[in-house]
Amino acid sequence: MNEYTPQQGLMKPNLDVGIVGYGAYVPRYRIPAKEISKMWTGGVGGVPIQEKAVNGLDEDVVTMSIEAARNALDRGQINPRDIRAVWVGSESHPYAVKPSSTTVAEAIGAVPNTQAADWEFACKAGTEAMQAAIAFVGSGMARYALSIGMDTAQGRPGDALEYTAAAGGAAILIGLAEEAVAVINGSYSFVTDTPDFWRRAHANYPSHGDRFTGEPAYFKHVMGAAEALMEALERMAADYDWAVFHQPNAKFPQRVAKMLGFTPEQIAPGLLSPRIGNTYSGSTMIGLTAVLDVAEPGDRILMVSYGSGAGSDAFDIRVTDRIEAARDRAMKTETYISRRTEINYATYSRFRDKLKMS
Amino acid sequence: MEVSRHWRLQEQRYKLVGETCDSCGVKLFPPRDVCLECEAPAKELFTFTGLGEIFSYTTIYDAPAGFEHHAPYTIALVKLDEGPLVTAQLTDVEKEDVAIGMPVEMVTRKLRTDGEEGMIVYGYKFRPLSLAQTVN
Repeated sequence: MNEYTPQQGLMKPNLDVGIVGYGAYVPRYRIPAKEISKMWTGGVGGVPIQEKAVNGLDEDVVTMSIEAARNALDRGQINPRDIRAVWVGSESHPYAVKPSSTTVAEAIGAVPNTQAADWEFACKAGTEAMQAAIAFVGSGMARYALSIGMDTAQGRPGDALEYTAAAGGAAILIGLAEEAVAVINGSYSFVTDTPDFWRRAHANYPSHGDRFTGEPAYFKHVMGAAEALMEALERMAADYDWAVFHQPNAKFPQRVAKMLGFTPEQIAPGLLSPRIGNTYSGSTMIGLTAVLDVAEPGDRILMVSYGSGAGSDAFDIRVTDRIEAARDRAMKTETYISRRTEINYATYSRFRDKLKMS
Repeated sequence: MEVSRHWRLQEQRYKLVGETCDSCGVKLFPPRDVCLECEAPAKELFTFTGLGEIFSYTTIYDAPAGFEHHAPYTIALVKLDEGPLVTAQLTDVEKEDVAIGMPVEMVTRKLRTDGEEGMIVYGYKFRPLSLAQTVN
């Protein structure tokens, strides 16, 4: 058997590609983690984040994806009719059968000469779509492809996930490198069959393996993808200006960053989970939008997603000088986060459809 | 609920696509195919910017069928920058903060659902513009 090297697993298309436009979306409602612990533990014990973002009654993955996509198009300033794929990664698509992506494609004016599909891989459905978009553009099949990671995540009342399962995400428009605000130098995927978290058909809430979600799941896969990508591209943590890791809580991304040799300063701008929670498919990608909002031309970014079940996609990204003109063309991620209306558990229960009327 | 009726209205509901009159230039929303000003045919499509201001508003407490789940909510007559008046729900705003003349922008939101198993209808609502203005 031949020995396997990280270079063999590096994914890089024939044409150089990058991020032509990007856009975030975070709904305005926030429920503090302490409000949740007050309900279930009498407020005793620590909480994994400060607060999480909650979608309003008239918001779902479709409406949130539309706004993020419009922001990405505003930044990219492209004709939506030149888009050949609209892909929405989520684990909370409003329909079980009927694509979210067709509604998004219709609303942004990309129909009818486009692909549209919904992706699913727990929290990394969005970055999977990003890789496919890289391939679509990098092969010459498409001029632009739009990848979206967006969720209105579910947490069983009283469960550990209820503190973090949040709403939000981002849209990343992929095109050729010469038009890009950030060039993608390559990506790497690391996947195994690891049952750390799942939701069965027709179940309202997911189940998870408690502490099993840590070492054999999140850390193994994030480390595996990140280390292999860095080795394949001959880079070290210090070569990057910024890093973004999937954020199921505040602790995991900080710990994995430290294990990989990154400093707290490198992950600071993209670490959003303490203030918005875990936006699942949106988590890593919205972290990237927050970094792009502050990055300078020439900056290098490492982005690593994680999806339960389980796997990670790692991306090596370099910011170009087009970023400075592009970022002010749409609402910044920090502006969305600062748009904040606090709600209590009763309002949260109504918004999240936890009250059964019949 | 009629699926075909909602499908026919998608363009105007998702993107505020109306019409413009070739002979006098008036913009129409919703599309009517005949100019309200000069009665000439007006079939050329026109996509509105979604910017406008509140002309008048009221809060609905006793909601019609299909909208009960959202009550109370505020609806407004929105005067679009291009001219037409549009009736729509407001979102992302407390009713106390709404005022005549307030600048607003269009967003696409969930309008209603046909029960637990029926289709989900999406369309335009308006929210205060103040946040988007901070962009530039």
